Amino acid sequence: MSSLWIKNARVIDPAAKRDAVGDLFVDGGKIIASLSAAAKKRAKKIDARGLIACPGLVDIHVHFREPGQTHKETIATGSHCAAAGGFTTVVCMPNTSPVADNSGTIQFIKDAALRDAVVNVLPTGCITVGMKGQALAPIGSLKRMGVVAITDDGDCVQSNELMRRACEYAKMFDLPIMDHCQDLSMTQGAVMNEGITSTRLGLRGWPHAAEDIIVARNVILSEYTGAHIHLQHISSRYSVGIIRRAKTRGVKITAEATPHHIAFTDEALAEYDTNFKMNPPLRTEADRREIIAGLRDGTLDCISTDHAPHTDYEKDKEFDYAPNGILGLETSLPVSLEVLVRQNKFKLPNVIDLMTRRPAELLGLPAGTLAVGAPADICLFDPDEKWRYEAKLGFSKSRNSPWDGRDLRGRVKTTIVAGRAVFESGKIVA
Amino acid sequence: MPWTRRHLLTLEELSLAEIDQIHATATAFKKILGRSVKKVPALRGKTIVNLFLEPSTRTRMAFDMAAKRLSADVISVEAASSSTTKGETLRDTAENIQALNADMIVIRHAAAGSPLYLSRILDIPVINAGDGAHEHPTQGLLDTFTMKEHLGSLKGRKVVILGDILFSRVARSNIHALVKMGAAVTLVGPSTLVPSWFTALGVSVSHDLRSALADAEVVMLLRIQHERQSSGHFPSLGEYTGMFGLNKTRATWLNPKAIIMHPGPINRGVEIDSDLADGEHSVILEQVSNGIAVRMAVLYLCAGGQPENVMPAE
Amino acid sequence: MPKPKTIGSDEIQAAIKRLATAISERHPSTRRLLLLGIANGGVELARRLAQLLHARAGVLDVSFHRDDIGSNPIPKEFAPTHIPTDVNGASVILVDDVLFSGRTTKAALDELFDHGRPTKVELTVLVDRGRRLLPVAADYAGFTLALGADEDVVVTLDPKNPALDSIRIKTASPGAHPSPL
Repeated sequence: MSSLWIKNARVIDPAAKRDAVGDLFVDGGKIIASLSAAAKKRAKKIDARGLIACPGLVDIHVHFREPGQTHKETIATGSHCAAAGGFTTVVCMPNTSPVADNSGTIQFIKDAALRDAVVNVLPTGCITVGMKGQALAPIGSLKRMGVVAITDDGDCVQSNELMRRACEYAKMFDLPIMDHCQDLSMTQGAVMNEGITSTRLGLRGWPHAAEDIIVARNVILSEYTGAHIHLQHISSRYSVGIIRRAKTRGVKITAEATPHHIAFTDEALAEYDTNFKMNPPLRTEADRREIIAGLRDGTLDCISTDHAPHTDYEKDKEFDYAPNGILGLETSLPVSLEVLVRQNKFKLPNVIDLMTRRPAELLGLPAGTLAVGAPADICLFDPDEKWRYEAKLGFSKSRNSPWDGRDLRGRVKTTIVAGRAVFESGKIVA
Repeated sequence: MPWTRRHLLTLEELSLAEIDQIHATATAFKKILGRSVKKVPALRGKTIVNLFLEPSTRTRMAFDMAAKRLSADVISVEAASSSTTKGETLRDTAENIQALNADMIVIRHAAAGSPLYLSRILDIPVINAGDGAHEHPTQGLLDTFTMKEHLGSLKGRKVVILGDILFSRVARSNIHALVKMGAAVTLVGPSTLVPSWFTALGVSVSHDLRSALADAEVVMLLRIQHERQSSGHFPSLGEYTGMFGLNKTRATWLNPKAIIMHPGPINRGVEIDSDLADGEHSVILEQVSNGIAVRMAVLYLCAGGQPENVMPAE
Repeated sequence: MPKPKTIGSDEIQAAIKRLATAISERHPSTRRLLLLGIANGGVELARRLAQLLHARAGVLDVSFHRDDIGSNPIPKEFAPTHIPTDVNGASVILVDDVLFSGRTTKAALDELFDHGRPTKVELTVLVDRGRRLLPVAADYAGFTLALGADEDVVVTLDPKNPALDSIRIKTASPGAHPSPL
């Protein structure tokens, strides 16, 4: 494999506490300290003046729909979205068709990832058989197949007893449990946050209490069993408070926030646009502010997109009947820069930390740093370039993005996986 | 200012002047309905499709009759006979209706926001005949029209809406119209069905029937659905009637000239005593009659509605 | 732009008297006579003629009989139809301020016949400006003017002060010409 010399970038590597203008050297797919004078001559050179070089972004929550729903997305197209968004490692949710509750399906995903993906695509497995919340999936076998976590995402294990056993069992393998926190009995027919806006619009409300209750349960079960529970897409300010208090006690809880929950509130639904329909739903300004505060003080550990493609004919429906979920990978970095850095004065390295080192460490992934010896997964981006995101020009098979047609600031220029450029000048080059 | 709207989707978006204009036009149509020839040729040659994807009797009949009184041709499509039961999307159904050269579509749908969705797809006027728990604008217009007939101006008038507010599109449309018309609106019912979120719409919320009914000039009752019992919104119909049902004793708390309204269908003996529903204060059947004049006004105005600043054709 | 021509109050009062005289010559008895002003322009003229003739007056609103819905705006103000007596067997005189295409007259006939079957119907106008598009003629006209398509007649009959009455003829600015009803 040829060597690579990235020159004059502002290199930000929160894992190594590095933030300085300089060069990056790559050889054999790994970051190296320097190249010899002769090797420098032969190396592919990228002049990154004015750009930021950071570890390839890591998203531990995406839906690539393969197997079974490849009309929405495939591992190939999903990985293209990831590369275009600066991501080099993504973790797929198991709610495919069939669901990933067995070794065969995991093997299928791994094979497809190896064959089709341009970034590192890692599988998760289900907590329960068929994601039905009734019996434990073969978690040990799933672990042996290489899942990086278990989750019933999209659904939530309602039985406290079963969740407790899942915690105890998964802890044996040091396997994190990721949970989509939703008390289903409180959210029958619910399609948006319960509050003033749902009252006005006549839509069935999903009270934040239904998230808070499961977040609290998971804190209690994590503390009781010692298992690591990762709370997915936190949307409620009360949940942020529960997690904050748990962390001060040293409970092994981690949590994520999505770009949409920090960018929008439920008022975005005023015109019943299904591209703002997701689960958990957009909530109020107070919730949005508290999630941002949680990212600032470390209560929330990382940013994940919950990239959830649905075709236009599936989303183009009456609000009640449209499926939940939106695209996220291609817009996550500019949206996070806008909301966190420009609007809320986060330091840029902190935001990169939330999108690289911290999600990688949380699941123990070999990613998220530019330290010498690390895989040469690199994202080069211009933090100030303005561009208009057009979903139809994007890389997903679907177009369900609330940012469609919006002007964004901050653009990925080059994405490098294991020393090889996979996205460059707006194109997938792998 | 001439009428400019082509669609009637919500009362929330109408101005007071627009509500007044609909009421004034309805007054003119009401006179016509009193003649021996009850029909005018205003919409002659136009085809109106009533797309009722949720069961309805009185609203569909009223729209049907209103369209016929205006000399329009009417086609009614109901849930059971429509292709949506075969999995056709609302977009496809609507585009097909437009391709058949319909001039206007009246839609009743269980999903909130679907009339707005249709209005974005179609070039023809869309009239909301009730969308989920969102709005039922023609019902709100006919209710306030009926109130005005009895009370004159509604400014400062005490209006009580009693019952299942949470799931009621009728309540929401009435709230928006009444607040614009300056009425003092109080919503009453069990706290599970009348959440305090509603105060954001400019109304009061109460769970005490006696103080709420005191001196009220209008009390509007909403139908109590049996299924709210199984979903835990109240313990039993008996308890509901005991706490919030309107009976003769409680009616004495009202202003002596108060009117009693109900959008129907009535659960006699649940939300209202049978005697009261048929009594001298009840205007329930007037509501039904006024529904035709108001819907004629809406169909007529929206058929002729023109976006502002467009020069009339020579 | 040419200076607008104006017909003043004195001439208008004289014309209204002439109209009343002509009507009374044809209708010596006012027992079955009914003057119906076409809303909105004909309402005041009908009232004045009825006063002079000691006959009954009413209002005909033709809004719902117009054939131009969707191509012309729906005005905010309109006077609803009001007919003070039984139309069946009556001698009805339709009254309007200006006769142009004849469409309004046609709509007024449609509206009138929805109320019953008059014995006879005639038409009185203050100004017949010509350029008819339908086979309609006035039985009585105060003024007969041969105006061009680009000219507009504005009749003002002040209910409180007839001295303020006026008829003004102006050249319509292009595009602002309301289509003839």
